[in-house]
Amino acid sequence: MQLTLAGVAKRVGAAMHLYPLDFALQSRAVTVLLGATQAGKTTLMRLMAGLDAPSQGRVLVDGHDVTGWPVRERNVAMVYQQFINYPSMRVFDNIASPLKLRGGLDRAAIDRRVRELAAKLHIDPFLDRLPAELSGGQQQRVALARALAKEAPLMLLDEPLVNLDYKLREELREELSALFASGDSTVVYATTEPTEALLLGGYTAVLDAGELLQYGPTAEVFHRPRSIRVARAFSDPPINLLAGHAVASEIQLTDGARLTVSLPTDAIPADATEAGVTAGIRAGALRVHSQPGDVALAGRVELAEISGSDTFVHVAATVGPLVAQLTGVHDFQLGAPITLYADPARIYVFDSRGALLIAPDFPGAR
Amino acid sequence: MKPINQKAWWLVLPVFICVAFSAVLPLMTVVNYSVQDIISPDRRVFVGTEWFAAVMRDEELHSALWRQLTFSLAVLAVEIPLGIALALSMPARGWQASAALVLVALSLLIPWNVVGTIWQIYGRADIGLLGAALAWLGVDYSYTGDATDAWITVLVMDVWHWTPLVALLCYAGLRSIPDAYYQAARIDGASRFAVFRYIQLPKMRGVLMIAVLLRFMDSFMIYTEPFVLTGGGPGNATTFLSQYLTQKAVGQFDLGPAAAFSLIYFLIILLLCFILYNWMQRVGTADPEGASHE
Amino acid sequence: MARIDLDLAHSYLSDPKQDSDYALLPLQMSFVDGGAYALLGPSGCGKTTLLNIISGLVRPSQGAVRFDGADMTARSPQERNIAQVFQFPVVYDTMTVADNLAFPLRNRGVAPDRIKTRVGRIAEMLELSGQLNQRAAHLAADAKQKISLGRGLVREDVSAVLFDEPLTVIDPHLKWQLRRKLKEIHHELKLTLIYVTHDQVEALTFADQVVVMTRGQAVQIGTAAELFERPRHRFVGHFIGSPGMNFIPARWREGAIEVAGHRLPIAPALAERLSAAGEFMLGIRPEYVTQTEAGASGALPVEVSQVQDIGTYWLLAARAGETVLRARLNLASAAPDVGATVWLKVLGPHSCFYGGDQQLIAAGVEPEQPGASA
Repeated sequence: MQLTLAGVAKRVGAAMHLYPLDFALQSRAVTVLLGATQAGKTTLMRLMAGLDAPSQGRVLVDGHDVTGWPVRERNVAMVYQQFINYPSMRVFDNIASPLKLRGGLDRAAIDRRVRELAAKLHIDPFLDRLPAELSGGQQQRVALARALAKEAPLMLLDEPLVNLDYKLREELREELSALFASGDSTVVYATTEPTEALLLGGYTAVLDAGELLQYGPTAEVFHRPRSIRVARAFSDPPINLLAGHAVASEIQLTDGARLTVSLPTDAIPADATEAGVTAGIRAGALRVHSQPGDVALAGRVELAEISGSDTFVHVAATVGPLVAQLTGVHDFQLGAPITLYADPARIYVFDSRGALLIAPDFPGAR
Repeated sequence: MKPINQKAWWLVLPVFICVAFSAVLPLMTVVNYSVQDIISPDRRVFVGTEWFAAVMRDEELHSALWRQLTFSLAVLAVEIPLGIALALSMPARGWQASAALVLVALSLLIPWNVVGTIWQIYGRADIGLLGAALAWLGVDYSYTGDATDAWITVLVMDVWHWTPLVALLCYAGLRSIPDAYYQAARIDGASRFAVFRYIQLPKMRGVLMIAVLLRFMDSFMIYTEPFVLTGGGPGNATTFLSQYLTQKAVGQFDLGPAAAFSLIYFLIILLLCFILYNWMQRVGTADPEGASHE
Repeated sequence: MARIDLDLAHSYLSDPKQDSDYALLPLQMSFVDGGAYALLGPSGCGKTTLLNIISGLVRPSQGAVRFDGADMTARSPQERNIAQVFQFPVVYDTMTVADNLAFPLRNRGVAPDRIKTRVGRIAEMLELSGQLNQRAAHLAADAKQKISLGRGLVREDVSAVLFDEPLTVIDPHLKWQLRRKLKEIHHELKLTLIYVTHDQVEALTFADQVVVMTRGQAVQIGTAAELFERPRHRFVGHFIGSPGMNFIPARWREGAIEVAGHRLPIAPALAERLSAAGEFMLGIRPEYVTQTEAGASGALPVEVSQVQDIGTYWLLAARAGETVLRARLNLASAAPDVGATVWLKVLGPHSCFYGGDQQLIAAGVEPEQPGASA
């Protein structure tokens, strides 16, 4: 299924919820809508589903204009943040409901399909229970199974894992990835978490304040953000941004004005020598042990956030606040002096308007 | 670009017609009567605001209004605290909670005129339990003979009939308070009264507002029970506004003054509800300048 | 403040028969005066029950709670002098922010001028000074939760302050600042803080000692580094870290261990314990799995099933026999192709071995340098 939004916008009263955008969804693949709360993800999804009509523009399915068609006449499956199931139906009937509605399937076929889906989502032991008797994770699995049972060509998931514990989230995300890969629906998955987008792979559309900023293969959008706004939206922890200005082939950072970063000569356009630039360093590109050629950034530890696999060190540096992502568990005293090192080859540079000037090489780059 | 769909008007039309027939037209009829003197079915004279002026000067009406206000305020003063107390003392969970709810709700299921009849019998000195008991205690009680007795009996009857409604509303409000609030209060070392004053009462504000408005409006329009119990007597002691209105309209067939009076009655209720509502809104949410007790 | 000792078990049933009838299996635990602790585990693991037992909202069905040696089992929260902050903000709507903060002190009859200084200090720490005279009902959720935190911290003489997932309602990008505030406050006020959460970041960041719980059982108590480097129970290995620790079935066979059909020789120091165990699980964190040349010591041949660019590293999934092995590989190195066979080193100083009861039986194949990770 090929879903295309042509010049679509959504206005509610005087408020612009979605600015005009053109968006041709990658067919039969996963598209992640990435953005903070209120970025317009849900608005966009409701337009795609047909739950709302756009204020302007057209929605096309396989080239046919379906703008204004009611959602019933489109074949769409949707999964929400809340665990939405029919409370009075057993799990089996919940999953079977779209199959029964569709008709044309005999009891045995429905039975087979429901059991197959339930087994895939590990809810086969609970088919005779009511949704309320299940844990949150299991309830969401039922909702997912029901959506998958519909075998709709377009499947929309609005932050489906946000209300689950993180280990459950990890598990279910992995299973979902596998299910999406094996099916041939066009999948749209909204999330606020950059890491979730990277784990789901596929394609990513970055939304911010009702604007579609960039759309492309996930790794490419991550490694080559078109602008500071994209880089900010697609970084967790947030990308470190340091103001400065270009001097010949170097960047003179404004704060402290004593740190310079070597850059290839051709990277800076002629008009940028006078204009200010912003250097962007992803948290993962900062380290505590220096290597030859590294830039040193001194400061004090504000907090070390430990996730287990990583430690996120928040540093009040002379160049401004910095966050570094270090693998494994590291202990830091609050207020202790620290020097972070950055490899100049892994620094992004944005021009004064926030557009990307140079980006580090990335493994998948063509 | 955006097509404005006019079809929606057709969908609203049935509702519009229903409202017109059930509310707007009768009201307009009343307005029509209130400005005319209907002498006979085919003779009528436009009299302007004369009926309104007459009604405003009516001494009997003044005393009925005064009686009515006193009664409604008394109803609120008794039923609201009593309802809250009842709700607070009801069990929170288990079969006891269900049993208490059914018991409390019982009186609400009885039709108004039956309530009047029940109390009429209940209060009689010869066969009524209450009347006989009071007589046995040597209390000189007669709701048909003594104005104060009659007035108090009507009040007690209303309290008996309607306090459960207030209690049920408050009970629902209380049940919606998360356990964490009570736990936090215990940990903060709050007294039982502080829990009531700072958690339960503020959280019940919404339902209390509904309870006050409902009870005020209802009691202000009370008719059936005193009509059945005392017929408005003795004298005029329990003749409240609606009974007085009915006497005028149906008893004496003074349609003009009755219509004018109806409109005034309606406006009084509207105004009082408006005042009450705004006052309660303010009490609950205003930023207290220097309200901290230091 | 007080030292808290627990030696108890709890069941909500009147006649518990088997382990699953218990919300908390028998446990012994001590909380040192002035320490920062976290109770970490998935929902339903018993962490909130344990917290409510410490605060006195729940009475344990067996055993005792002691504060500085004195039996407090039957005492109320007030008598225990405990403060507690809940998951959702609890504010007194009709009071101002200042009155909210002062409430626990007023109830205890603290002198007005002392209340004033203490409220001022706490408000300053939590950056609420500007809102002291506002009515609490009108504030945003995070400000309300700060008030709840403030009411928990305002009393100087509390035995302990307990937190029940207090940052649930806080906007994600404000969370780290509040975490920092809590850590600062702990350093400054030197209160005993006990923090319940299902979020590993919250627990590991906040606490000096983390208690990992599952199914009513406290499976390990330790620092963040201990839990990461040497999980004493398989659940800890699985729960801490994302993705969690890899577990590969292994067994002892004729002087070496056999993993996924592959023989790996092992140092004699471990041989004794592993040979006694017979069959066991080899645990290795994805962060410590490295790619090596074919046939390197301690390495296994695996078939690559998925390679993902996670921005800062490659996340590799590979099959070793029946098991899926995950590895975090340096993004600078070339990613292996899906379907290719590569060699991954699984034996090293970070390898752990777990017996049939899920407990750690041995760890560290080569001599370990202490503090190598810090």
